[in-house]
Amino acid sequence: MTVPALAQRRSVREAGTAPSAHRWRQDLTGWAFAAPFVILFGVFLAFPILASFALSFTSFGLRDLQNPIGTTFVGLDNYANVIADARFWSALLNTTYFVVVGVPVTLTIGLLIAAALNRGITRFRTAFRVGYYLPVITSIVAIAVVWRFLLNPDEGLINMLLAGIGIDGPSWLGDPTFAMPSIIAMAVWRNLGFAMVVFLAGLQAIPSELYEAGSIDGAGRWQSFRYITIPMLRPTILFMVVITTIGYLQLFEEPFVMTDGGPLDRTLSVTMYMYQQAFRFFHQGYASAIAYILFVIVAIVAFLQFKFLRSEA
Amino acid sequence: MTAAARPAPRAGLADRGKPGAGSSLWVYALLVGGLALMVGPFLWMVLGSIKPEADFLRNPPTLWPSRITTDNFGRLFDQLTFPRYFFNSSVIAFVVTVGNLIFCPMLGYALAKLRWRGKGLVMAVVLATLMVPAGVTLIPNFILMSNLGLVNSYPGLILPFLAGPFGVFLMRQFMLGVPNELLEAARIDGALEFRIFWSVVMPLATPVLATLGILTFLGNWNSFIYPLVMAQEPDMYTLPVALATFATGQYQADHGMLMAGSVILVVPVLIVFILFQRWITEGIATTGLKG
Repeated sequence: MTVPALAQRRSVREAGTAPSAHRWRQDLTGWAFAAPFVILFGVFLAFPILASFALSFTSFGLRDLQNPIGTTFVGLDNYANVIADARFWSALLNTTYFVVVGVPVTLTIGLLIAAALNRGITRFRTAFRVGYYLPVITSIVAIAVVWRFLLNPDEGLINMLLAGIGIDGPSWLGDPTFAMPSIIAMAVWRNLGFAMVVFLAGLQAIPSELYEAGSIDGAGRWQSFRYITIPMLRPTILFMVVITTIGYLQLFEEPFVMTDGGPLDRTLSVTMYMYQQAFRFFHQGYASAIAYILFVIVAIVAFLQFKFLRSEA
Repeated sequence: MTAAARPAPRAGLADRGKPGAGSSLWVYALLVGGLALMVGPFLWMVLGSIKPEADFLRNPPTLWPSRITTDNFGRLFDQLTFPRYFFNSSVIAFVVTVGNLIFCPMLGYALAKLRWRGKGLVMAVVLATLMVPAGVTLIPNFILMSNLGLVNSYPGLILPFLAGPFGVFLMRQFMLGVPNELLEAARIDGALEFRIFWSVVMPLATPVLATLGILTFLGNWNSFIYPLVMAQEPDMYTLPVALATFATGQYQADHGMLMAGSVILVVPVLIVFILFQRWITEGIATTGLKG
């Protein structure tokens, strides 16, 4: 439909009412559609985000629960204390370790499988896709129950297999050195299917003509991957790096159900530490400061990745 | 070179599968090996749930049960109020899903197709919250629910999730693609805006609604941190909270029962996923690429 035709129709509709009344009607209709969501969203999402910020400047604790307004304002004390808190720094270090190793490994394997499914595999593609995606949609608690059994130092499947080839396997989750690698392995296993599905969609969107043109020009498989696939996939890779990093920075469930942060705090993550402060020690004000520091870290990392990865193209 | 770009050489190997049948066999072998690693723990779980307890203590461990037993499930239902947890999880996931299937398309429609003052602000605020870590809202929501007297109640477990920003993002993207001519035609016929939304737009949106519905249901069925905080009485436990409590508490040595509990937690999800896997993976791929 052409623009003049639309304008004409609109003017027909508006003929009966004064312009301002019509404007009000439009506003009313718009807000009527938005209202149910906006009210729920405002009360249970937007308000808590602001409230959390306010809480981070108070000494809110268990005794304030029934009278939140009566809590004490402490200025930047919580932030100063978090900065001086050795457990916070070790939680941040552990989280960084998890992200720096976990993100590249997850995305590498996800892309590897997607590339294999896209170019080499025609039969059973759905079976592969379902199988690799299964852990993504499975409850972390059920996964933890099975993995704790697999990783059990004495009767676990992994150490029994290692013993079969003469290796004395460590106490995976009980050893300070092996606990975080075990958590990373489980997180990679659980999340690579998501990366695979997104990469597969990205690969399928690349026109096959590009590869045909490439092969006419004498490009080998490695060259066509390097000079066609990677550049064409760049937006998908950028998206996956950012979204996986944001998710991994919030590490909580895996260590919570597997190790409770131990041994020696080696798997304590920032979100876990926040949870402990808020719901074990009931320092909600302090925990809110931790939550906001994490929020800022997430925002900065996402911003830097967007900037850095965009400009690299 | 970025971290994510590193797979290039190995994925390049995988590319070889296309022309030669010989190298394609390698790709299949690798993929099947990987698949075994992915599916193996699930097989172990399902077979473990019908094993007698003695089988778990065998060295070397055996995959197949020495005999099939339903004792593990029996203990789950006799000693624990597992049907209650199943009911709690179902009610919460179902109501949250229905809420999102109504509220998200409504706002998505208003953002994509209506002109109203405040629209830009609402859109910016809703989309901005997509990036906020879940931990940020956990503490204030707990305090809010405590003061409303909603800790340990269905409303307390449901209300915060009825309106998810992800659904708005998904629905708005879809609504933008609905031709304006269709809506204008209905408006000229004098149809009320809600009627246009309900009888013209919603039927068109069925595939997107299916994706949103399935993803919302799965996400809430598996949800863990929030119900852990908000359901403190065993009566209000959801399946994941109950299983986590038993797995770290007095039943941690009862392997068979924990495997049976995991099966009950996972099997409904598996059924939903296998029936609707096209919609799930395509929905994720679409939103992923548009993000």
